[in-house]
Amino acid sequence: MTKEVTDATFDAEVLQSDKPVLVDFWAPWCGPCRMVSPIVDEIGEEQAEKLTVVKVNTDENMETAAKYGITSIPALYVFQDGEVAKTIIGARPKPALLQELAEFTS
Amino acid sequence: MTERHVVIIGSGPAGYTAAIYAARANLQPVVIAGSVTAGGELMNTTDVENFPGFPEGIQGPDLMESMRAQAERFGAEVVYDDVTELRMNPGAHGITTALGTEYTARAVILATGSAYRELGLPNEKALSGHGVSWCATCDGFFFKDQEIAVVGGGDSAIEEATFLTRFASKVTLIHRRQELRASQAMQDRAKADPKLEFLLDSEVAEIHGEDALTGLTVRSTATGETSELPVTGLFVAIGSDPRTELFKDALEIRPDGYLAVDGRSSRTTVPGIFAAGDVIDPIYRQAITAAGSGCVAATDAEHYLASLNDKES
Repeated sequence: MTKEVTDATFDAEVLQSDKPVLVDFWAPWCGPCRMVSPIVDEIGEEQAEKLTVVKVNTDENMETAAKYGITSIPALYVFQDGEVAKTIIGARPKPALLQELAEFTS
Repeated sequence: MTERHVVIIGSGPAGYTAAIYAARANLQPVVIAGSVTAGGELMNTTDVENFPGFPEGIQGPDLMESMRAQAERFGAEVVYDDVTELRMNPGAHGITTALGTEYTARAVILATGSAYRELGLPNEKALSGHGVSWCATCDGFFFKDQEIAVVGGGDSAIEEATFLTRFASKVTLIHRRQELRASQAMQDRAKADPKLEFLLDSEVAEIHGEDALTGLTVRSTATGETSELPVTGLFVAIGSDPRTELFKDALEIRPDGYLAVDGRSSRTTVPGIFAAGDVIDPIYRQAITAAGSGCVAATDAEHYLASLNDKES
């Protein structure tokens, strides 16, 4: 299961991470989020060596969502050395996501 | 290579209804549902109040979940993948998916639906996800107590605008004409909503903002005068176009862009290729008409397969 990160743990789990971290911002009422969620889980398992994958429920963690200006979900943000290195807005098929993430996984 | 009697491309009401009928006819259909678009347009809606059989209304995603379960109960196989290539070859149509699966099928039902239309303004793409959105149910929550705008005049625009008043402090509906196309029931509800304002005979001329949307320039379609509208959210609901990329070179497309079918049937110009739902329907485009048209396609496919069997025996 992909780890859920909260406002309280975001700094330690994401910003302080040695590896790049893919954060899936989602909410329970978002249909496309439900579609992209299993794809993100798969990528997390397959790319575990190079990329950490976590989820942030924007309903329960509004502080983090607001800090990064999230206004559309699903939003996939890659954090590297504490900074936003890439943003992908909206649900994408797995091959398209892997292509977008190639710079962090190859 | 997997051989199938029937492959259904798309999983909105048309695709799933075709799957229910084809499965009950013992044709073991496979539904290539889309990896992130499964369930179709209703996945992005909330209350569906006009689908018969649900007097209290039903949530769009719940309705689609029920249709999927009903199709699977009769033996339809639903795969969450995207078709990248369709090779038409009567008797054995070829299908390739993004994950690399190859199918051949004697009958294919195209239920690819439609895709949201964009305004076509310079900043629109760049600010998508930073204030510009196509999904009120996904993103409305992020605009709590903010002033936002909705563009469009049809049912979905009015529905979105009404829904967004739950969150926003003010919603301005911008529509090119004086008359709205939405149903009277929806218009009445919208007009009674104190948080909803109408900016009619108007269109969005410019979208402003660097990292996030800060406002719009709105132009009057009557006088050409422009005015500024400071909003942090813009929801685009100006309709959709039929999704025909996969087959637009191989099948007859109507002048209006919709896939052509023969009369009231679902038959396209290639034997064994049938079509259903929004991709063939420029007029009604409702969940219930799409479902009905899915039934037509499955029935046509069943008759076609039976006629092939007669010839072979």
